[in-house]
Amino acid sequence: MTSSLRKTEQDMLDRRQFMKRAAGLCAGAAGAAGVSWIASSDAPVRHAAEKIYTLPTFGAEGTIHPRLAIVHGADPVTMVKAAVDRMGGITRFIKPGEKVVIKPNVAWDRLPEQAANTNPLVVAAVVQLVMEARPSSVVVTDVSLNDPLRCFDRSGIRQAAEQAGAKVWIPGANDFRSANLDGELLKVWPVSRAFLEADRVINIPMVKHHSLCGSSLAQKNWYGILGGRRNQLHQNIHTSIADLAGAMRPTLTVMDATRSLMANGPTGGSLNDVKVFDTIIAGTDEVAIDSYSMGLLGADPATVEFMEMSQKRGLGVIDWRSAGFVEFSV
Amino acid sequence: MSKDKREPVTLKNIRRIWSVFFVALFLFFFFSADFSRMKGYQVGLFLQADPLVWLAGLLTGWTVYTGMALALFIIVPTLFLGRFFCSWICPLGIMNQWISRLWPGRRRAEDYSMNEYRPLFRLKYYILAALLALAAMGSLQIGLLDPIALIHRSFIISVGPAADLGLGVIYQRPQLFLGGALIGALFIALILANRHSPRFWCRALCPLGAMLGVISLGSVYRIRRDVDKCTDCNKCLRGCQGACDPQGALRIAECHVCMNCIDDCPEDALTFGVPEERSSIHAPLDVNRRRLMETAVAAAALYPIMKSSLTGETTAQAAVIRPPGSLAEPDFLRRCIKCAMCMRACPTNVLQPALLEAGFEGLWTPVLINQIGWCESHCVMCGQVCPTGAIMPLTVQQRAGTPGKAPPMKLGTAFYDRGRCLPWAMNVECIVCEEVCPTSPKAIWFEVKEITNRDGSTRKLKMPYVDPKLCIGCGICENKCPVRDKAAIRVTSVGETRSKTNQMLLGK
Repeated sequence: MTSSLRKTEQDMLDRRQFMKRAAGLCAGAAGAAGVSWIASSDAPVRHAAEKIYTLPTFGAEGTIHPRLAIVHGADPVTMVKAAVDRMGGITRFIKPGEKVVIKPNVAWDRLPEQAANTNPLVVAAVVQLVMEARPSSVVVTDVSLNDPLRCFDRSGIRQAAEQAGAKVWIPGANDFRSANLDGELLKVWPVSRAFLEADRVINIPMVKHHSLCGSSLAQKNWYGILGGRRNQLHQNIHTSIADLAGAMRPTLTVMDATRSLMANGPTGGSLNDVKVFDTIIAGTDEVAIDSYSMGLLGADPATVEFMEMSQKRGLGVIDWRSAGFVEFSV
Repeated sequence: MSKDKREPVTLKNIRRIWSVFFVALFLFFFFSADFSRMKGYQVGLFLQADPLVWLAGLLTGWTVYTGMALALFIIVPTLFLGRFFCSWICPLGIMNQWISRLWPGRRRAEDYSMNEYRPLFRLKYYILAALLALAAMGSLQIGLLDPIALIHRSFIISVGPAADLGLGVIYQRPQLFLGGALIGALFIALILANRHSPRFWCRALCPLGAMLGVISLGSVYRIRRDVDKCTDCNKCLRGCQGACDPQGALRIAECHVCMNCIDDCPEDALTFGVPEERSSIHAPLDVNRRRLMETAVAAAALYPIMKSSLTGETTAQAAVIRPPGSLAEPDFLRRCIKCAMCMRACPTNVLQPALLEAGFEGLWTPVLINQIGWCESHCVMCGQVCPTGAIMPLTVQQRAGTPGKAPPMKLGTAFYDRGRCLPWAMNVECIVCEEVCPTSPKAIWFEVKEITNRDGSTRKLKMPYVDPKLCIGCGICENKCPVRDKAAIRVTSVGETRSKTNQMLLGK
């Protein structure tokens, strides 16, 4: 073959050479036709089909009673433990070997006393309690608005979580997956991988003021699972909150009302806007928890649009007293 | 000495160990210079110890800024030992050396001609003269070609982000830099120049090498060739890094003191030390004095031309927003060496190497581009790593101010573009800018207005405003604005703390 290629055109081809060359040309033509056939498409650029995930339901099995435990006290560790114990203990919520993700509010580059993020002591208390149920892993994560490294470090949450035995995980640019939230407004959105891979999710929001929707509480805390064009959610914030609360059903919510940001939220910055309540509200009804928390901020939950939406969608009850609650001090 | 009696502890091998150590140290500092890793490491050490930065900074600012006296650790030994920095310490020089040994297809026999001195190598002295003449006039341009600034800039803006692409080992999120491809391409060109001849950069272009060469002219300890023992075999040329003619009359200003020739000499004719009776003579510095003067004069003539251009210095420029703690623009340009350390330390990637926004003098100096990031209101990292004080090191307290006592550092002021703002232009609810505004009370406030929809119905909407007295110009509003391509709220430099003239409000 190689020798025949070196010959000039005047050279005669013998039959064998002719057959070989013809076969080679036919194979080449067939190959080109085959590639054209296989790659033929109406789309100018080929992309791998994107996998659309769905968020699992993380809710605890069986009926949890009471659905709300409101605890007043000074020590977050005893308060959190007492609250969860009254609801049946942590083993009702977490089974050995499960992967647990804990979602505090770590949105801002603020110090613990400025009350713009969840109290690190509450994060540590929840992690400690969860460790008792012998999960396979405990991850503390959030999608921060300020630089995430600064947020986790300066809020004290990294140190608190790691000392209590959890792993802090900050999603990078490639750690978001498209998930169908199946909401009225929010359909397919990029969601932090941690929540798609978890067995159990615990929400630890805090009580704080928010200019646009009045307050930022348990349901609003689910903004922190999203990547992408999150800043557009403000255009219809109430439906967005209700959609997120419907898509993300946590195993347990532990509301941090040890101290709250009463004004200039959600970023705060001044100690004058911080008020101490020394309260923890644990529960499985985020709407009821938010409702109680709005009371602390001096707002009327019945007039808040997203609360009404969530109640209508069966996510919980605004009248928290009807949810089945206990209130005590430790 | 015959080859089978090879001694492992030779000066050459000691030099090799140090060169690996210093390159590793450079990479370690590069890796560590951010919020979560810095932990008090002196990450700007190479820049602070850079003699050219020391000298040029002295000429433009008339000070030896904190830490820069470390350059004496290079200058003083160079006076006695020669230009050892280039092959023992300089990460760019050492990388050039390693890379020039890697080219495939270069035959060993070619090394001899590759390592011969060429008149082209005078160029670096002219470059040095031009840069120092400019510095003496008051314009600091050494950063363009200073090897230490250059390698920091190249790694921070191009090599690091490219190496980390899709990995996320170095950075929390992928870094983007304005004109990063240009800086990367220049670095690659500089690496490829080793194909022309080994260490082309070091031999022909490097102004720091030229400066150290001049300093080394009076050095006592040198490579000495015993003319009796020497058989003129030229084997000393094989590994010569500086192309300094060790086989003839040594050019001390070119010699990197790499010690390769000592090991390569089969006759033991080369030693490092003081001259002896049978030592060869050494050649003087090979520059054309007239050419040297011409370059310096030409460079000096550039100064008035630059100063009569429209720059951030002559006229306030909206886009020239400098990091917190930056000196006023004329002083800033007298100190900034374009090393990009501030851009490495910046947690949000907002600091970007300017192209011509700040004038030619301001090429690759840091400016904030809020579409990429924003300035964290309590972050002072850039000032902590700045080796020259162009960005002063602030405490968080100095940066954030004390309510009622000291005002916060202000980088500029945010302005609404009401034609693009969702509430103002389109009756759409938003105020993300208000949510993220970090000051307390918030500089962005809103008024609830009753607006009329197209169909005649009315509803209430929150309309945002900026309070220019409270705005610190951090730009997080601009960054988080949902109008992505050109935000509806944008920061410009007016009102910046560092400027007395770029102000708009009476009584400020």
